[in-house]
Amino acid sequence: MTIAKALRLAIAEEMRRDPTVICIGEDIGIPGGWGGAFTVTWGLEREFGLERIRNTPVSESGLIGAAIGAALTGLRPIADFQYADFMFCAADQLINQAPKICFMSGGRLKVPLVVRAPVGASTRGAQHAQCPEAWIVHTPGWKVAVPATPYDAKGLLKAAVRDDNPVFIFEHKLLYGSSGARKEDHAVQVDEPVPEEDFVVPFGCAAIRRPGRDATVVATHLMLYRALQAAQELAAEGIEIEVIDPRTLVPFDYDTVCESLSRTGRLMVVEEDTRRGGWGADVIAEIAEKHRDLLKAPPTRVATYDAPIAASPVLERFAVPDAARIGAAAKAMLHA
Amino acid sequence: MTAQDVLSQLNQLPAPLPDKETALALYCTMRRIRSFEDRVQQYFQAGRIPGTVHQYQGQEAVAAGVCGRLLPSDYITSTHRPHGHAIAKGIPLAEMAAELFGSPLGCCGGHGGSMHMGSIKCGMPPASAIVAGGVPIAAGMGLSCKMLKPGTVVACFFGDGAFNNGAFHEGANLCAIWGLPVILVCENNFYAASTHVTLANKIPRLAERACAYGMPAETLDGNDVFAVYEGAGRAVGRARAGDGPTFLECLTYRRCGHSRRDQNQYRDKQEEQLWLARDPLDLVRRRLLQEAVATEQELAAIDQAAAEEVQAALDYGEQAPQPEGEEALRHVFWEAAG
Repeated sequence: MTIAKALRLAIAEEMRRDPTVICIGEDIGIPGGWGGAFTVTWGLEREFGLERIRNTPVSESGLIGAAIGAALTGLRPIADFQYADFMFCAADQLINQAPKICFMSGGRLKVPLVVRAPVGASTRGAQHAQCPEAWIVHTPGWKVAVPATPYDAKGLLKAAVRDDNPVFIFEHKLLYGSSGARKEDHAVQVDEPVPEEDFVVPFGCAAIRRPGRDATVVATHLMLYRALQAAQELAAEGIEIEVIDPRTLVPFDYDTVCESLSRTGRLMVVEEDTRRGGWGADVIAEIAEKHRDLLKAPPTRVATYDAPIAASPVLERFAVPDAARIGAAAKAMLHA
Repeated sequence: MTAQDVLSQLNQLPAPLPDKETALALYCTMRRIRSFEDRVQQYFQAGRIPGTVHQYQGQEAVAAGVCGRLLPSDYITSTHRPHGHAIAKGIPLAEMAAELFGSPLGCCGGHGGSMHMGSIKCGMPPASAIVAGGVPIAAGMGLSCKMLKPGTVVACFFGDGAFNNGAFHEGANLCAIWGLPVILVCENNFYAASTHVTLANKIPRLAERACAYGMPAETLDGNDVFAVYEGAGRAVGRARAGDGPTFLECLTYRRCGHSRRDQNQYRDKQEEQLWLARDPLDLVRRRLLQEAVATEQELAAIDQAAAEEVQAALDYGEQAPQPEGEEALRHVFWEAAG
């Protein structure tokens, strides 16, 4: 099963389980349409109708605000950005409203809202490429999930829908497994069997995707797969990299990272977001402050260079970390 | 077009009077708001209340007239100037006062303060102090009402300042295309902070724009509580019946500055004279007496009770316990009941 299908299955199961769950977004619920930009909600209107699979005009502020208002008063909306880049059109709702209402009410009002947003460079140019997780990670009041596998996509989305807090789910364009006319060039195939039965993936539980003794690499989304590729290549040289998928950035599972570091003593974070002020910097700072004793060498960051993403595939490939850059950085860290 | 021109175009027939009980209830709400705001102003100027306040004196007829048509189960959204809406929607004054003093006994546990006054028990989420930010949220609340609680409505209060923000446009359009039970209540008090409404709009009546969303609209004398009550009755009736949103432009005027120490030095003196002579409390009082709906004694009794209630509320708030510092970190996330 692809991530797109796993997300669709999660939404359908939650909508069957709970009649207050609705979807709201642009180009969803259009019979004959796409099911959002990346097919996740495709066809759901046939089972759930256009009231619950609610299409909106191109009004990001309006649709997120409406999702917040609906969440305050009994519905559990799953709001859908076509591209994460568009979330900045709704910045007030995402930064000033959703994550502060429970707080400003003194804990008297909950905001059970899920926002989904596709991230990642995919040769579309600077405004359809960003990985803006750090903006949301920085804002108290949000939980943030970054599923990289179909199993996690289903389980994290279902957990998010049942959470009484605003939850942001960032999904990667090249991992969806979208097919047909919506197929992505350079997509990574991450299909896997996903259980048909009900399950959730709890927030704050990282997964070790590859065990290793020499260094700990924390990576999300596409960077997870590139880190795994780098680890495989390094294994041929006798270097064993442990690769951790945090699965959620808020809350962040420091326990698993620390346990890994207690064995490896070396930490590298790989993120597709631009380097300056990213969530990776925060992870490294947290470890350096509180667990310095676990580090045998200075930690390392690999991230997209601090520039917007160019449309040229050549330029995009240069800016975004690949397995070679990750591998080289890992080797440099081991020799430090 | 001057404020006088706009006013003179309004229906000059007096708005119909509701029954005595309703009329006195509207007066009582207005008086409670005025007393609360006047006393809060004194406390604030004396340095007894922290932070900032955006006060509602002069606009009481709008909150009272609109909320007079609402049920406890209906919702409102409000702005950085929320005290009047909160009182009209039924939040106890003591809880509001405690909130102003930052106490855990406040209606938002001291986490909200003046600009985020609210109580969901009374159908009012914390007010949004981002101009126009509450309009899309009101649309979503209207969506819940339509899907889960038909017959329930949302009154969305905002000022003329919100009228040219994109969030207003996006929210108003969603209300229209989805036929949501939302009353968009524009309190046109002529100033977005210090910017006059004519500097921000080419159209003389803001209500004209509603036709662009395909929704009915009225311009009301927002200083005449009976005119507001009448117009709100039509709008709320449409919303309850499932006939969608209405835009109400309520012409009104701040008797206070925009916020704490604003002296209103940017206001036209003629305009000020015209509007300050139309104090909504004076207008309703005169009408009730002239038409023998109430006696001086009855109104004096309401005034007296309001003053006493307000003083008791402020005493309660001022003496209410202050929070422990660690409380600053609570409620970032929802705490499960228990």
